Amino acid sequence: MRGSFSSVAKFLSAGAIAAGISLASPANAEDTIKVGVLHSLSGTMAISETTLKDTTLFLIDEQNKKGGLLGKKLEAVVVDPASDWPLFAEKARELIAVDKVAVVFGCWTSSSRKSVLPVFKELNSILFYPVQYEGEESEKNVIYTGAAPNQQAIPAVDYLMSEEGGSVKRWVLEATDYVYPRTTNKILEQYLKDKGVAAEDIKINYTPFGFSDWQTEVAAIKEFGSAGKKTAVVSTINGDANVPFYKELGNQGIKAEDIPVVAFSVGEEELAGFDTTPLVGHLAAWNYFQSVDTPANAAFIKSWHEYIKNDKRTTNDPMEAAYLGFNLWVQAVEKAGTTDTDAVLKAIIGLSVPNLTGGTATVLPNHHLTKPVLIGEIQADGQFEIVSQTEPVPGDAWSDVLPEDKGIEADWTDPMTGCGHYDTATKTCGAAPAP
Amino acid sequence: MQCDRRLNEQMASRFFRLIAFLIAFAVQPAYAQMGDVAAMVDALGQGGFPDREKAIAALVATGDLRVPPILEALSDGTLYVRKSDSKVILSVKSGGDFALTDPLDGSSMGSLPSAEIEKIKVNNGLRTKIRTAIGTMTLLSPDRDIRMSAAESILKNADPSMLELLDKALAAETDPQIKTTMELARAVIVLKTDAPIDAKRAAVDTIVSHGNRAAQTVLVNTLPSAPEDLKPLIQSGISSIGNSLALWDVVQNLLYGLSLSSVLLLAAIGLAITFGVMGVINMAHGEMVMLGAYTTYVVQNVMQQLAPGLMEYSLVFAVPAAFLFTGLVGVGIERSVIRWLYGRPLETLLATWGISLILQQAVRSVFGPTNKLVTPPAWMSGTFDVGNISFTWNRLWIIVFAIAVFAALQIILKRTSLGLQMRAVTANRRMASSMGIRTPFVDAMTFGLGSGIAGMAGVALSQIDNVSPNLGQGYIIDSFMVVVFGGVGNLWGTLVGAVTLGVANKFLEPYAGAVLAKIAILVLIILFIQRRPRGLFALKGRAIEA
Repeated sequence: MRGSFSSVAKFLSAGAIAAGISLASPANAEDTIKVGVLHSLSGTMAISETTLKDTTLFLIDEQNKKGGLLGKKLEAVVVDPASDWPLFAEKARELIAVDKVAVVFGCWTSSSRKSVLPVFKELNSILFYPVQYEGEESEKNVIYTGAAPNQQAIPAVDYLMSEEGGSVKRWVLEATDYVYPRTTNKILEQYLKDKGVAAEDIKINYTPFGFSDWQTEVAAIKEFGSAGKKTAVVSTINGDANVPFYKELGNQGIKAEDIPVVAFSVGEEELAGFDTTPLVGHLAAWNYFQSVDTPANAAFIKSWHEYIKNDKRTTNDPMEAAYLGFNLWVQAVEKAGTTDTDAVLKAIIGLSVPNLTGGTATVLPNHHLTKPVLIGEIQADGQFEIVSQTEPVPGDAWSDVLPEDKGIEADWTDPMTGCGHYDTATKTCGAAPAP
Repeated sequence: MQCDRRLNEQMASRFFRLIAFLIAFAVQPAYAQMGDVAAMVDALGQGGFPDREKAIAALVATGDLRVPPILEALSDGTLYVRKSDSKVILSVKSGGDFALTDPLDGSSMGSLPSAEIEKIKVNNGLRTKIRTAIGTMTLLSPDRDIRMSAAESILKNADPSMLELLDKALAAETDPQIKTTMELARAVIVLKTDAPIDAKRAAVDTIVSHGNRAAQTVLVNTLPSAPEDLKPLIQSGISSIGNSLALWDVVQNLLYGLSLSSVLLLAAIGLAITFGVMGVINMAHGEMVMLGAYTTYVVQNVMQQLAPGLMEYSLVFAVPAAFLFTGLVGVGIERSVIRWLYGRPLETLLATWGISLILQQAVRSVFGPTNKLVTPPAWMSGTFDVGNISFTWNRLWIIVFAIAVFAALQIILKRTSLGLQMRAVTANRRMASSMGIRTPFVDAMTFGLGSGIAGMAGVALSQIDNVSPNLGQGYIIDSFMVVVFGGVGNLWGTLVGAVTLGVANKFLEPYAGAVLAKIAILVLIILFIQRRPRGLFALKGRAIEA
């Protein structure tokens, strides 16, 4: 979902320091199952993706302690695509073709996912993608373990519309200008209008990547919110721009009781960068929060802290998604008795693992999961307090809200004959229209 | 860790105020029976949000003066339930455990680990209710600040049932500022009641005389339900406020523009030295800014350990520390890399680009990829009002700081011997050398000065941006833009360039949006450079090579 400032800078940086680090040991290849880890460890996305690399290594370590898989040890092959989208494709090819990994866990931004897609299709391998994204995609070779828009954005808006959430009548959609916010806002705008919100009560504003001077925007939110109707801000602002945005919100004294801000890209890690005391009560919608009070989550956090040897490290939603994806893959391999791509893809449909937040995550035929949606309020210690939790919601690849996606389904029950964009009206499997 | 401590301190101080408050009222005759109120307080810990709302209403109905601090604690998240007997208690983290106190009489109840107690949840809706409740209960409080926030919360809520209480408070009020707020609140309430038309007319006049956005909102909201006779008056009130607000918008854009200019100036001024004066295309400039921001973080952490009492002034120490550290790094870079590349701009560009990547990854390896917390001092937090617009303190201080840095730099260049030598070397290196100036030393010092200033900019930027390894990348392009636009080699040009770009950007933004505004500025610069390739203030004379 998140992109990053695309510039000559990034392009050069990738070339300069993208040395793949291979942890492959010279041990006999027959004794191990290789697992590819494709996350940026340098460049702008390192801030988010390094944690996911650590998480995957942690999960592999745990699995090996349990005796590995199919009687073999798992072996991680870590590469660094350096926040550079074309390099993601190269590194993916290297992992599958040269290192012969059985599966790849990786990617964060939609751009990187789109970049590796052709490689996974061509070489027929599996990618587990652990981040919430804009939807509008369902591929044979990708399992989407993060949230689709109907598992994050729409329940969050529903909560704010409810009496408990403050019966919000007026909406600011504040966003960074790229594909994830554009698509999400398209869905949200349609959804709000369907719910009877007038066009003049919706304000959509886009800012560039890495935007840091939020004075005018925050003042405009204040002004828009002073029209007498309860107003809320739905933020799809990208990672780096969030800190200055929240600092400005706090400084201009926009309190959550007056104009709540609900964010889809702000988690525990982002909040670590500043003092959240002025922001208490602003919201975030995720499928997981570190503060979730379940025995499974407590055990997960405990063993994570032991593995990383730092009990201050936070956990976040993409980490849970990585955890679910890894365990689903392990189950599917055990069920299929092999790591062969088509057998695993066939076996994985319908498998379930317990969520860390309660309930179970089931792999749907459209390669998305069922997940509960949690709304949390920011606390003074940088954690979230959960104020609303739904039952598990099935992930919807093609949004029912958008008119052009009505009647479109995805079904990969049989990976050989499945279809990612099936039009139930014309009964044809067509290619998805270009975004 | 730092965050925790700050938080604990804050909570602890609130907590002690609370206890003082409790003791003060403990000697007064209790309003309700002790047992009743205690049971009502315990009810706060039961059930979901709707139950809690009822419990709050019941507590407010007692009128007991011990209630507001308890509600405040609830809103602040320091009220917990003891799991063993579901008693509601005040808890403050001390060490690994929580120190417990009775919310009603403030007596200590020992301490428990966090697993034994559970925080009482509140959400935004409840916080609003609590704020209003505290407002009604504290409108007659002897403390000025409490009364002020009480008046504000009543203004926000404007419930007709408050009218009687408000009249009583107004009669007793002496503070003019609180009185104005109360009068406004009263006028808003009067418009909601079925008071006689004349009273309403007076109320509209009161509201119009306030002339701010809140007043306009109130009028817009009452318009549909107002009696016909009153509508023209309200209409004209709305439009007259609208006119004055439009004027204020211009002032606001100007202020925001100046603030953006100060940030641009700070980021660009170091580059004006290394690129503008020395001619080195320094792609690592942004990383110097980033190193300055990290120095601030380190200084704050060290001071937290050594002199926690001086934390408020940590930035004062961070500025020279950042200057020295990044200055030294700059001298190191110049001596080790750049001096071999003078006169070869393409190689310099690539070499400094490489340095910027090395520095970024080095910082990422040492400090980790996540954002670091730089605590803003209290004197830089919050806003102040200028007429109808509010401006944040940190922006004001950054403007002041930018001006100070600019002035200091001018003095160094124009009034010191080092400055004279710098100007001489840049004007004509060989001539300066034959006059006995140690040009390599001057080169190193100049580059160090430019880098040091970038480091000081980093201290300021740590207050408004994230302290992350990517911090510098966001500023490098803007910095080059300002320097090139202002005219290479001219500090005044940099100043004028920064102000022009900043103000133009902020005037465009409200109409065109941030993305288009940025594009428009870039197009304007391209057109401008076509006309005047050397920027606003081009250096003239033989010294400039073709």
